[in-house]
Amino acid sequence: MSKERIQISEDLYDIMPSDYQDLVKSATYGKEDRGWKDIGSSKELIEQHSLCAGCPESMAFRYILASLPNPEDTVMVGSTGCTSLVFPMVAVHNIHSLFGNQNAIASGLKRALSVRFPGRVKDVVVLAGDGATVDIGLDMTLQAWFRQEKFTTICFDNELYANTGGQESGLMQKGFVAKMAPVGKLFDKVRLPEIARESGCHYVVNCTVSKPSLVEKVIRNAVHVAREIGPTYLQLYTPCILEIGKNSMEGLQEMRDSEKPTERFAYKEYVSEPAKQLLAELAAKDKERKAAAKQLASQASA
Amino acid sequence: MSEYRVLPGPEHFLPPAAASMGIQLPNPGEAHINGVIASEEKAYEEAARQFLMAKVPTIFPGPLVLWAWNEKAAKKATAIRHLYNTLKDCVQPGQKAMLIPMPDYRPKYPKINPEVEINPNHPNLTIWHNKIDCCMFVGVHCHQANLSLKIIRGGTSCYTIAMCAQAGHEDAMLSFRDASVEKIMRLADTIKRLKGTVQPRLETAKNGASS
Ligand SMILES: Cc1ncc(C[n+]2csc(CCOP(=O)(O)OP(=O)(O)O)c2C)c(N)n1
Ligand code: SF4
Ligand SMILES: [Mg+2]
Repeated sequence: MSKERIQISEDLYDIMPSDYQDLVKSATYGKEDRGWKDIGSSKELIEQHSLCAGCPESMAFRYILASLPNPEDTVMVGSTGCTSLVFPMVAVHNIHSLFGNQNAIASGLKRALSVRFPGRVKDVVVLAGDGATVDIGLDMTLQAWFRQEKFTTICFDNELYANTGGQESGLMQKGFVAKMAPVGKLFDKVRLPEIARESGCHYVVNCTVSKPSLVEKVIRNAVHVAREIGPTYLQLYTPCILEIGKNSMEGLQEMRDSEKPTERFAYKEYVSEPAKQLLAELAAKDKERKAAAKQLASQASA
Repeated sequence: MSEYRVLPGPEHFLPPAAASMGIQLPNPGEAHINGVIASEEKAYEEAARQFLMAKVPTIFPGPLVLWAWNEKAAKKATAIRHLYNTLKDCVQPGQKAMLIPMPDYRPKYPKINPEVEINPNHPNLTIWHNKIDCCMFVGVHCHQANLSLKIIRGGTSCYTIAMCAQAGHEDAMLSFRDASVEKIMRLADTIKRLKGTVQPRLETAKNGASS
C-alpha cells in the first residue's frame, strides 16, 4: 500500500483545505524507511494539537506518528484524557474508546480487521494515558495480554490524571502530592512493565521520549513484534508539566533527569525469545536492503 | 402513515431521528419530500426549486466523492462540479452558490474553519457562518450524514437535500436514493430548465413578504 489510495478527485481538488492537499503531496504514507528524520521535510500526520504549550505528549505524538511502519494501514485506539484531544488532528485512522476500554476495543478491532482484510497487514496501536491503562482499564489491559492479542499498547505515563486536574494514578510515585491528591500517594508506583512481561507481552520498554531516534526504534520494534508474535507494551514518560509545576521549556530536561540510570525511567527493556529472533531477522533484512540501495546509488553515480 | 414531517428547523436541540417518528425510506425509483414518498420526477423539480430559491444554495461533497477511491468516485466528482457550475450560472445577483467539502469525519475541535470546510459533528458552524439556507449532501457515509442532517434540523433553518448512494436519508427534507452520475446530471438539467422561473427568497424578503 502506498499513497496511491490517497488521491483527491481532480475536479474537487481546489476546494480541499490545504492540510489535505499537503498530506497527499508530501506525507510519508507508503515510505519504507519513514522515521523521525522526516519531520521538517514532509507533511506530518499530526496537524495541530490542543495540548498545553510544551507538553511532552505533543513531542511523543509527533515521533510516534513519524515512526509507525505502516500508517496507511494502521488503526489507533485512544481513550479519554489529554491524548484524546490530539486524535482529531491525526491523519491515521483512529477510534476513541470509552475510558479504560481501549484494549478491549483493540482486541475486537484487530480480529475483525484480519477477517475483513485477510491478505493485508493491518496494525492496531493503542495509545492511552496511565489512568486509562493502569487504573480504570487495568482489567482490559491485562486480559488482552493474557489472550495474546496481537497489538501494541502504548501508555503515556504522566503519573497522574492530567485531563481532570491532577488526581492520583497507579503510576504516580509514592509520596507525590498533586492538586487533587493532597494527602500524597501512599503506595509505590505500579510496576506495569514487569506485570506486562509476566502477562505475556513479547516486547516491553520503559523510557522517556527525550530521544526521537529511540522512540522511533521502540515503536517500530513494538509494532513489528505485535504484528507477527503477540502483545507488546511501551511505557513512555511524558511528564505533565502543568501538574508538576514546570514551564513550557522544561519538559525535555525533566525527562532527561528522570531517565538517569538510577531513576524510575532509566531505559528498561524486555524481549521474549521469539521476539528477539524476529527483530534479528528484520535487522538483517534492513541491512541487506540498505546495502543494496547503496550499491545501486554508487552504480548510478559511476 | 406517520403524521410527522421532516421540515426545516430549528426543531429543537435534539430532534428525533425521523425513522423513529415513522418516516420510511423510498423504494428504488422513488424519493421522499418532507418524509412523504414522492416520485423521483417530483423530487428533481422540488430540489431544483429549493436551490434556486435559496440565498446561499450549497453543495457539501463528502469523502466518498472528494477522494478518488475508484473511477466511479472520480466521475461523480466531475458531475458534482458540473452541478455546482450550473447552479452558479442559474442563480441571480444577490444569491451565492457555494461548494464546501466535508473532507473527513473527525470532530476537529476547535480548529474547524467554517469558511472552507464542514464537519459532520458540528455542521451548524459552517451553515451559520456562511448563512446557508439550502444544502445538498453527496458522498457522505450514511451514519455521518444522518447525524449531521439531524444536527442541522435541530439547530438551523437550512433546507437539506440528500443525494444518497444507498437507500436514502429520512433525516433530510428531500432525499434521492441510488445516486449516480446520471442522477446528479439530471438535477443539473432540471435547475437549468427552471432557471428564471423561481423567485429567490431574497426578492420576496425585499418585497416585504416573510422569508
Ligand atoms: C468512564 C469514565 N470515567 C471517568 C472519566 C473522567 N476522566 C476523563 S479524563 C480522566 C483522566 C485521564 O487520565 P490519564 O488516563 O492518565 O490521561 P492524561 O489526561 O493524564 O493524559 C478521567 C478520570 C471518563 N471520561 N470516563
Ligand atoms: S494537562 Fe499536562 S498532560 Fe495534559 S496537555 Fe497539559 S501539560 Fe500535557
Ligand atoms: Mg495520566
